[in-house]
This record gives sequence, C-alpha cells and structure tokens, in this order.
Amino acid sequence: MGFLRRYLRNPGAAIGLVLLLLVLAMAGSADLLYPRDPLALAGRPLQWPFQNARFLLGTDASGRDIAAQIFHGARISLLIGFVATIVAIALGIIVGAVAGYYGGLIDDLLMRVTEAFQTVPSFLLLLVLVAVFGSSIVTVTLAIGIVSWPAPARLARAEFLTLRNREFVQACRTLGLRDSAIIFREILPNAMPPLIVYASVVMALAILLESALAFLNLSDPNVASWGNLIGHGRGVLRTQWYVSAIPGVAILLTVLAVSLVGQGLNDALNPRLKPR
Amino acid sequence: MSAASEPLLRIERLSVRLPKGADRAHAVRALELEAHANEILCIVGESGSGKSMAANAIMRLLPPGVRVESGRILFEGRDLLSVSEAEMREIRGGRIAMVFQEPMTALNPLRTIGDQIGEMFRIHTRLGRREIEARVLALLEEVRIPDPAASARAYPHELSGGQRQRAMIAMALALEPRVLIADEPTTALDVTTQAQILALIRDLQRRNGMAVLFITHDFGVVAEIADRVAVMQNGELVEEGPVRELLEAPRHPYTRQLLAAVPSLVPPAPKPVADAPALTVKDLTKVFRTGGFLGRGVRVTRALDRVSLSLPKGATLGIVGESGSGKSTMARCIVRLLDPDEGTIRIGDVDVTAMSKRELRAERRRVQMVFQDPFASLNPRRRAGDLVAQGPIAHGTPRKEALAKARELFALVGLDPASVDRYPHEFSGGQRQRIGLARALALEPEILVADEPVSALDVSVQAQVLQLLADLKSRLGLSMLFVTHDLRVAAQICDLVAVMHDGRVVETGPAATVFTEPRHEYTRALIDAIPGRRWSERIAAGEVSPAALAEVAPSEPRRRGIP
Repeated sequence: MGFLRRYLRNPGAAIGLVLLLLVLAMAGSADLLYPRDPLALAGRPLQWPFQNARFLLGTDASGRDIAAQIFHGARISLLIGFVATIVAIALGIIVGAVAGYYGGLIDDLLMRVTEAFQTVPSFLLLLVLVAVFGSSIVTVTLAIGIVSWPAPARLARAEFLTLRNREFVQACRTLGLRDSAIIFREILPNAMPPLIVYASVVMALAILLESALAFLNLSDPNVASWGNLIGHGRGVLRTQWYVSAIPGVAILLTVLAVSLVGQGLNDALNPRLKPR
Repeated sequence: MSAASEPLLRIERLSVRLPKGADRAHAVRALELEAHANEILCIVGESGSGKSMAANAIMRLLPPGVRVESGRILFEGRDLLSVSEAEMREIRGGRIAMVFQEPMTALNPLRTIGDQIGEMFRIHTRLGRREIEARVLALLEEVRIPDPAASARAYPHELSGGQRQRAMIAMALALEPRVLIADEPTTALDVTTQAQILALIRDLQRRNGMAVLFITHDFGVVAEIADRVAVMQNGELVEEGPVRELLEAPRHPYTRQLLAAVPSLVPPAPKPVADAPALTVKDLTKVFRTGGFLGRGVRVTRALDRVSLSLPKGATLGIVGESGSGKSTMARCIVRLLDPDEGTIRIGDVDVTAMSKRELRAERRRVQMVFQDPFASLNPRRRAGDLVAQGPIAHGTPRKEALAKARELFALVGLDPASVDRYPHEFSGGQRQRIGLARALALEPEILVADEPVSALDVSVQAQVLQLLADLKSRLGLSMLFVTHDLRVAAQICDLVAVMHDGRVVETGPAATVFTEPRHEYTRALIDAIPGRRWSERIAAGEVSPAALAEVAPSEPRRRGIP
C-alpha cells in the first residue's frame, strides 16, 4: 500500500479526500435523511438558517427545504461531474491516441479539429448545444463532456508521441501485434497517470459548468442541483443571500476537494517530481 | 608518477550513507584514496560500485537524501567536508574541477560556448571583458577545438559530441585547478573521438601537472590513460596499485574476474559458414528528411546509401560503426520498424519489401529483434511472462499454451521459470536483457537481429549475455545480425563483420580477416582507436603472463529471481 501512504503524506490531499468522502456521504444519505421530494413545498418560504429546527439550512423563495436540496444536489453534481469527465476523457484518449500514435496527416487533421474546438469558448459552445438539444440532465451532461475533450486529447497525444518511439512499443511492433492492441494495451496504461490527474480538473470544471448553466436557468429545472438553487436565489440575493450562498459554498468545497485530490494523485503518481 | 610526493587530495575512511530503502546502507564505505599531482588515478568499477558517489562527495554535490556519514577529504590543508558552503564554492571550479559524462546536458543549450566558459572567470575572478575573451580563446585553443573563435560563438547543439566535451574540458581547466575529476567523460563518445579526448586529457594533465581522478567502467580506457588504478566494488575499495601491476598481475579475485570479462580483441578461429543466405539485403536506401517548411530548407540525411549485405544461414554477421553510421537504421529496416526507400530485403527466398501490411504481420515472426536498453524495451506495466507470451498470442497461440511456453523460455535463457509473474523492475539489467531475448525467441524466429544488446550492461554481465546469445544461436540454429559499436564484442561473437561509415558498408569479410588485416582506411582508424589495444595485444601475444586471468573463467553468479 505504498501508493496510499505516499498519497496521504500530503496534508492537502488528505483534506481533499475527506471532503470528497463527505460529499459522497451526503449524496449517499440523501434518500435516508430527506426521503421526500426535495423540490416539493415544505414550509413557509424564506426562513433563515438555524431558526427552525425542521429546516436547518432554511427554506428558499418557493418554501423548499434548502438542506434537502443540498443533499440531493450533491448526487446530481457528482453524477454530472463524473459522467461528463468520463465522456471527455474517453473522447480525448481516442482522438489523442490516434493522432499521437499514427502522426503525419491523421495527426494534422485531428489536431486542427481539436484546435477548432479549443478556439470557441467552451461555455459558448455549451450554450449552443443546450439551446439546440434541450436541457434535460442527460443532454446537459453529454454537452459538458463534449466541450471538455480537447485538453485531454492534447495531453493524450503528447504522451503517445513520446511513448510510441520507446523500445517496448517497437518490440511489440516487431512481434506483429495489431495497432489497436499496441495503443490500448501497451501504451495507454503508461499514458494514464497524467490523464487521471487531469480528470480531476475536468471534473471540477464540469461541476462549475453545470452550475453556471443552472444559474442562467438553462439546466434541467426538474432536478435538485446546486446550480438550480443558486439560480433560484438570484432574485432574493440582496435580502436573503443565504439561498445562493449555501449551495455556492457546497460547490466551492466540492471543487476544492476534487482539485486537492487531483493534486495529491499527481504528487503520488510522480514521486520524483516532488523534492524530498 | 611521483608517488613519493605529498598527496594533493586525500580521502580518509570516507563513508557515504544512502537513504533508507536503498538496496544497501552505504554507497561508499571506509574509502581510502590519495590523488597525487602529476598523476592520473583511475577509479574503476561496475554500476553501483560507488565510484561516482565518491567523486560527488569530494565536490560535496551528493543527491538529496544521500549524506556523508564519516571520514575526511583533505585538500590543501583543509577538510572539504567541514569547510563552509562559500569556501566550497571557491574550491569547486576554481581548485577542483569536474567534467561530466554527457556534454550536451551539462551545457546550457541557450548560451554560447564562449559565454559559458567566460562565466568561470566572471564568477571567480575580476578580469575585464577583453581579458576574459582572450582567455576563453586561449583555452579553446589549448583543448584543440577546430576554429576556436567560431566555436566560442557557437551554441552547444552546433558542435559535435567530441567538440562539446572539449569545450567542457576547457571550462574545467579555466581556473587552472589542481585536481580534475572526470566522471566517465568519454563513455558517450565514439571510439575515435574517445581516443582523441583521452589523449587530450593525458596531454593537459602532463602540461599542467594536475591530479586527475578519472572514473570509468572500461578497462580499455584504464590501460590507455591511468598511472594508478583503484578498483571499487559495492562501495568498497578492493584493490589499488600502479596500472601495469594491476592490469597484468591483479591480486584480488574481483579484479581478476573483471579483467577476464573484458572481451579479447583477437577473434577466435573462423568457423566455416554456409553458402545459403538466410537474409539478403540489396541496394537498401533510407533517407530521412527533417525540418523545413513547404518543401524548403529540408535537411536530408542519407542514413543508408545503397547498402548490400548477405547473412549466411547459421552465421553471425556483425555490423560495426560509430554513431550516425546507419547501423541501427539498417537493423530497423530489416525488422521493418522503418520502411526502406529503395532496395530489397529477402528472408530466405521471400522478398519482404514488397509485402502488404497484413502479409508482413505474419512474416514478422521469422525475424525477431533484441533491443539495446534493458529498461526501456520492456513495458513496465506488464508481467514478465505476459511480455514473453504476447508475441505467440498475437499470432494465434492460445493464452494458456503461450504462458506455459514462456516458462520454458525462461528456463532456456537462464531465468527462474517461477519469476514469470514478476514485473520488469524486479529484475536486474542482465536479467531483463534475458527476458528481451526470451520474448524474441518465443516466436521461433530464423533470424535474430540484436541491436547493441549488451552495451548497456556491465562487463561481467555482458560476458554472460554474450555467452548465452552464442550458445542459443548454435543450439537453435539461428542466424544473427549483431549491431554494435564495440569492436571487442564484435571480435568475439561475429563470424563475419561489415564496417559501416556514413550510411555505406566500407568493408566486409570474416571477422578474423577484418580485425587482423583491415583493408579500408576507416576500419584501420577504428581498430587503432580501440582503448587498451596494445594491452590486449600484449596479452594475446603472451608477453604478459595472463595466468592469473586464465585461472578464473568468467564465473557465473547467476542471480535467480530478485537479488
């Protein structure tokens, strides 16, 4: 268990892991603690936190329990972050691996496409996708994944470019292995560490992107997401600021947790880069 | 030699401690050494012997986590281990200078050579700009760099490896140090360049009366340059003495074992070779184009220029040459890692250059390759057994059968069959090279292409792997193409030799003929440049009584599994 010990030696990474586990626990216990629909009317609207024991974090402008929305929202945020990251990393790996392994014309072509995606601001592209395909939770998640793939693709390409000329890859070619086997079974495992680390950045960004969409009322209104709650609070921001602030803090802590875990993974996966 | 004089540098019972979790507690243990003025002391040892750590300890440049545990290093009346960091900076470069193995990485690529040498003066002296320029030029002249004025203005990448090493030496000599530490300064260079650099170091040492601490793993180099030799093993000094005594009458068994492992320069009696060719290469041409934009300013390198060769069945053909001669390109074309531009390669009667990608995949198993770097050539994330089995699996052998065969192959190459479940990093360099060999043999090839298979290994391990290669070759009836820059190795293992230079084969013939009666000028230059040639010839001629050497056949401390 050398890896876990290396990871936990870093205090920031340990804090990040604890925070992330906390968010996961919230997501897991949401149905037990708040079995009712979090979007249903629960009580008098706009109660401040800690005033009513029934609504520990108060209620929003529509009289819905903020604590219930935070707990259920943890699920949505994590789910969106997770799925969108997998979509983005998988797309990135496929494009980057093919471009990096084959090089030449294929590389030029794929990289120009990647650059085309990168030059368009990703949020703008996200708005277009959501406007065209609608804003159900599935399309929003996929759209976030689709706008996030270029950076992982470039990273995967860079890894493949250096690894494809290594002797062990050449050895596989002389053995007569198929290209697909070389790419996915020989090179990819060696290219994974930086991609895993980068996945944490993608996940943090995905959570933020969903919140931003929700803030503009463009995310799925039928799920209890943190972004939706912030969006609801916008109208009463000057008087009942806590409606937006509480989910805001939740997002902040989650993104911080994911980033810290990513940083910790980076240090643990590349122990030599860190001074002893 | 002036052994009677007071030593310039004295190392007293130096122990250097390695961090916890290293393979042993001490990098250097209780080392006693003296370096005298007007003398070259060679420190010889295999990798991990602690020879470089000892040098770094003198400069107080130990890697993090490694520290000096006890001992003293006396230089000019001071103990280098206890002087302040400011004093140490004065000594480094000023009184004791160092030359490293790889001149490309030791020089800053963004600054000119002259600027970097001049920096020595700017840091350590108060000379004016003009004066510094003049000194730099004088130094570059002293190290006999061609066109010193132009070299001073050049950037490191614009010089050849030998010129860069000359520049490094000029930098080291700038402040007229009393002690020069050279850590494998010629290991990265070609033989002919190496011979020039060795002559230069020898010459400069004589003229300046410095003490030189020359660290090397190569006994040929020792024979060329040393006055006195210290042999290290596992951090300890095992034997020390004047060069002649040590090379011709070694006392310690380890020294004898090392000396016996140095391949002789005299080829064994030629064996008859078959007429039928296993591999025929005809007019092979490969051109590399680099750089350029829209077809302009492209640099064209003719790596192979109409090369023709023939490898008879069951024979070993050595391809020797310096870096850039095209020998590796040739090997890579033959196993089709590269596609040749022109020419044909025939395996037996089959022309493989005309094949489609699919046909080629099936044909590949007939020619297999053993790679140079035992660390880079094995995928670190796969088990050793899988690495060996993956070739047969790719060609349709059921997984279980392939893994069973991998175990047999492990036994064949002298590895413990039980170690198939281990990962590559759990093996030593020599063992990894055996895994690489097993992987190549798994496909039952007819031809083995070995690209510098032993040049990354220590001499004693090298001898074992060469022995294994020769042994397997005759047992399995293989034909072998052996690419190497090391003429000693070529002399021992090859039946035929082809000498390459600038993408062409300049001479080819039976090893015995090429080594004893070289016809081409370049071949002669290569053979002349082999370090320690006269020493080897004396042993071969029986002038030196090598009884001590003959007694100890290269014992095989065959390490099974993890050490």
